[in-house]
Amino acid sequence: MSGPSLMDSLFQRSLEDIIKGLRQQLIGEQAFISKALEEIRKEIKSTDLSTKSTALLKLSYLSNLHFHDMSFAAFHALEVLSSPRFSHKKIAYHAISLSFHDSTPVLLLITNHLRKDLNSTNEFEVSLSLQCLSRIANVDLARDLTPEVFALLSSNKLYLRKRAVAVVLRVFEKYPDSVRVCFKRLVENLENSDPQILSAVVGVFSELACKDPRSYLPLAPEFYKILVDSKNNWISIKVLKIFSKLAPLEPRLAKRVVEPICDLLRNTAAKSLLFECIRTVVTSLSEYESAVRLAVGKVREFLVDEDPNLKYLGLQALRIVAEKHLWAVSENKEVVIKSLSDADPNIKIESLRLVMAMVSEHNVSEISRVLVNYALKSDPVFCNEILGSILSTCSRNLYEIIVDFDWYVSLLGEMSRIPHCQMGEEIENQLIDIGLRVKDVRPELVRVARDLLIDPALLGNSFLHSVLSAAAWASGEYVEFSRNPLELMEALLQPRTSLLPSSIRAVYIQSAFKVLVFCLHTCFVQGGSIVPSASLNNLPAGVSASVSYESFDEISVENGADVTVVHGQTCASAPITKESIVNLLNLVELALGPLLGSHDVEVQERVRNLLGFVDLTKPEVLNSAVQEKDDSEGKGVETSKVIKLMHDAFSKELGPVSLSAQGKVSLPDGLVLKENLGDLEMVCGDLEPPSSNTFSFGSSYEEKDGLSFSNPQIKEDSEQTNESTSLLAEHRKRHGLYYLPSGKSELVSNDYPPANDPTLQGDIDDNADNLVKITAESLVPKRKPNHGKPRPVVVKLDEVDEKHVAMKKPESRDDSLSGAVRDVLFGCEDVPPTLSQSNLSNKLSSKRKGKEKQHTDPHVESKENVIDDGNSSLRRKDRSHGKERRHRSPRKKNVEERKETNQKEKEKSRRHHARHKSRQRAEEPLKVSAQTPVIPDFLL
Amino acid sequence: MIHFVLLISRQGKVRLTKWYSTYSQKERTKVIRELSGVILTRGPKLCNFVEWRGLKVVYKRYASLYFCMCIDPDGNELEILEIIHHYVEVLDRYFGSVCELDLIYNFHKAYYILDEILISGELQEPGKRTIVRAVAAQDSLVETVKEQTGSISTIIAQASK
Repeated sequence: MSGPSLMDSLFQRSLEDIIKGLRQQLIGEQAFISKALEEIRKEIKSTDLSTKSTALLKLSYLSNLHFHDMSFAAFHALEVLSSPRFSHKKIAYHAISLSFHDSTPVLLLITNHLRKDLNSTNEFEVSLSLQCLSRIANVDLARDLTPEVFALLSSNKLYLRKRAVAVVLRVFEKYPDSVRVCFKRLVENLENSDPQILSAVVGVFSELACKDPRSYLPLAPEFYKILVDSKNNWISIKVLKIFSKLAPLEPRLAKRVVEPICDLLRNTAAKSLLFECIRTVVTSLSEYESAVRLAVGKVREFLVDEDPNLKYLGLQALRIVAEKHLWAVSENKEVVIKSLSDADPNIKIESLRLVMAMVSEHNVSEISRVLVNYALKSDPVFCNEILGSILSTCSRNLYEIIVDFDWYVSLLGEMSRIPHCQMGEEIENQLIDIGLRVKDVRPELVRVARDLLIDPALLGNSFLHSVLSAAAWASGEYVEFSRNPLELMEALLQPRTSLLPSSIRAVYIQSAFKVLVFCLHTCFVQGGSIVPSASLNNLPAGVSASVSYESFDEISVENGADVTVVHGQTCASAPITKESIVNLLNLVELALGPLLGSHDVEVQERVRNLLGFVDLTKPEVLNSAVQEKDDSEGKGVETSKVIKLMHDAFSKELGPVSLSAQGKVSLPDGLVLKENLGDLEMVCGDLEPPSSNTFSFGSSYEEKDGLSFSNPQIKEDSEQTNESTSLLAEHRKRHGLYYLPSGKSELVSNDYPPANDPTLQGDIDDNADNLVKITAESLVPKRKPNHGKPRPVVVKLDEVDEKHVAMKKPESRDDSLSGAVRDVLFGCEDVPPTLSQSNLSNKLSSKRKGKEKQHTDPHVESKENVIDDGNSSLRRKDRSHGKERRHRSPRKKNVEERKETNQKEKEKSRRHHARHKSRQRAEEPLKVSAQTPVIPDFLL
Repeated sequence: MIHFVLLISRQGKVRLTKWYSTYSQKERTKVIRELSGVILTRGPKLCNFVEWRGLKVVYKRYASLYFCMCIDPDGNELEILEIIHHYVEVLDRYFGSVCELDLIYNFHKAYYILDEILISGELQEPGKRTIVRAVAAQDSLVETVKEQTGSISTIIAQASK
């Protein structure tokens, strides 16, 4: 015999021994446990059931509280389960419900045990078995034990019946077909007067209604009766939950329940019930002004209560109200703002969310001001919570609520200076994003960036590094808006930049490169020829007045005049002189020389680029500085050519690139791109085709690297581009044949374009343009109408494209469950249609009939409304066909294969969907014809 | 519905876990670690609700024990607080002024009582007396069996089989 001997059984350690031993911890917890486990492994193989069960009990203790695997004992648990003794059974059930899961291999063997105990005369055994079933039920168990549970649903022992009711929920979930068997009995229990049974049934329905409320509308009269009659708070809460799901579906029902709920609101003393009432009103009955007022009044009581729980819940309720009734929040504004400094972080976060809910484009700046002040005062965690929510709210929907971007950019700068700020990356993204999207904000952006860069203290804060990276990038990219590029250069090359990680250092160096090129260009190529122009309007007055250039050299005024840089206006307040340029070059060499040996390739490469450029230009610069005005044309032109080239390379506008840009240029197989484009040029010959050099895939990044010298002619005015685009589009309409079938072509051919595609109109026009210039659409400005102050243009891309609302397919299981429920509920509608004229209130008086009538009612309505609509009468036939099948199916079910039944179930439930559809249609007869073609798709 | 029930001592020792939704053993450990980190650090005069992974955890401290229940986001927190209190009262009635040690040594009994109160994550029995009576009835069933098996004669009889 391999099991333990008699001595082992006699001196087996009990659970209490184990617990005591663990608490004494003589040999350490882990050692003790593994020793105990070893014993258990031996004992559990014993043939003596008491020994076995004790071992199992000990094991479930260790598994439960010390998380040791007990799957090895699955079979032994079953053995103990077969014991005739109650104490053993109890231990076994406990162990099983603790450890079994869907993939436990011995799950198959438990069915008969459960069945036996479900039929036991000992009610406690039945109860144990039910408990266990509720925990471990899978499809097979649920299917095989449905008859037993069904029998228990009408057991005359209340103790068992209420348990069976609760378990039925699990059985339904796992095996929807059981609805057909059990549902009627479940509904009958709704009329039980016993509060315990009622509580259990209502609990089941409130769970069911969460998943698919529509199916339970026919039961509304029953629920209503419970709502009105119930004296038990637990039950009332559950019923309210059901109504909060049902009321939005059926306006008449909402009208009906609003009064009783208000009564409850006024009279109940229980806070939990009161809160449930409030929540029901604010979520589902928000059209009823008086009810909402009443609820908000109660919310206010919660808010000012001492109890932090009530305060928290009050804030939460307020947040739900805020979606539709913002006045409720404004009324309680002081409390909400005060809660921002509550001791409880949860309350603080909740009130922060509320404050954010109040934000609109009118008050965004004041609210942000208040919040930033709070952020300065509060602990790091909440501070970042505040900053994060400001950032996400303001950037929502491409900065929808921001009108004054100058303000926002400076706010971003200010936020990054808050000591606890850890939102560096988000701020970085937004700074760059705004820079790309909003042209008008660039001067301010550069100013903010300069302030950040110039402060040496910020370099020490590693959380700010990414912000600094953005600042460096912006100041390099938009250096033409800088008032003092030299100062910027010094900031970019300051010694403390050695504190930066090398990736950000690389950005610094690249920006320094851009600034240097700009300075050289201003000094040599443009000279003093710059005239302050329109873009200066954005700058504070007075700056332009101070512009003074010392123009030593007229080397290449002609060249400078040739360059028509759209945005190349400077407003340097500090003059860029030759000396300063020489100093600048020296500074670059001094600061970056040591970095030539940097270990980071990015840094090293960029330093080499920059120093190479300096080497190239420096002799000339020195030369011209010495020679002053009378230098020879040839050399100066050489230098300025290089400078001009570099400048052009850097000054191309960077636009945001749509995520889907690449996808739009998908080429069909076997297409030779060049050939077709050659064609295009021929075709468009008369229309002044987009010159081939605008065909540039130059992405922003290439240029950032300074490696691609894209064609300078690309700098067309955006208006011109638009004009030629529309011409091109027109042409495309005529000669569509000759154009590439671009990725977008499906959209053109599609008669039903996705409704939520705001850029669609633009896209169709741009279609031809997509072929030659992907980024063109980024130039199509989208203006928001009606702002007091003109809001700067925010370039939007077609990112929304990808957010097609996917048709939400309900989970197949839920689907079949609700389908089955509908089958049962709608199956008994044999009431003659004459009764259907009665309205809801009548129904409530005659409850049994009423229930049937309620769902017949809309059905009949639909008959009347669509009687002359050929299409739907067809469907009605279909429906009645479905009904026939349903009547047949219970008889057939036993004969047929399980699978087939399932198949049918699905079909049926689909049919019911269709019927619902037609019911909805009947309520809105105007839409009938429009929807007709959609429905067959829905049936698929 | 209630997803799980946890009893955690102030020192972070787990005293009882009951799972009504499916969690693997690994997830269970993780859940407990996360939640005890969150809950035990909260001060005494704060609210009793914690948002956690899109769900809500309602907890309440009684003496040195934290009773935690996890519910759906649309569940009623105050109701759960009442259920917790209900459970504690039943425990108190059953053990006679319950303390943590009672729960430590009678860990399975605490389970059995919880099973009487909740079934598949729903409140089952709001009457304290009924619960205590049901538990006591089951106890007596167990005791009579134990008396039979516990006697030496039974063991000897068994051994000499």
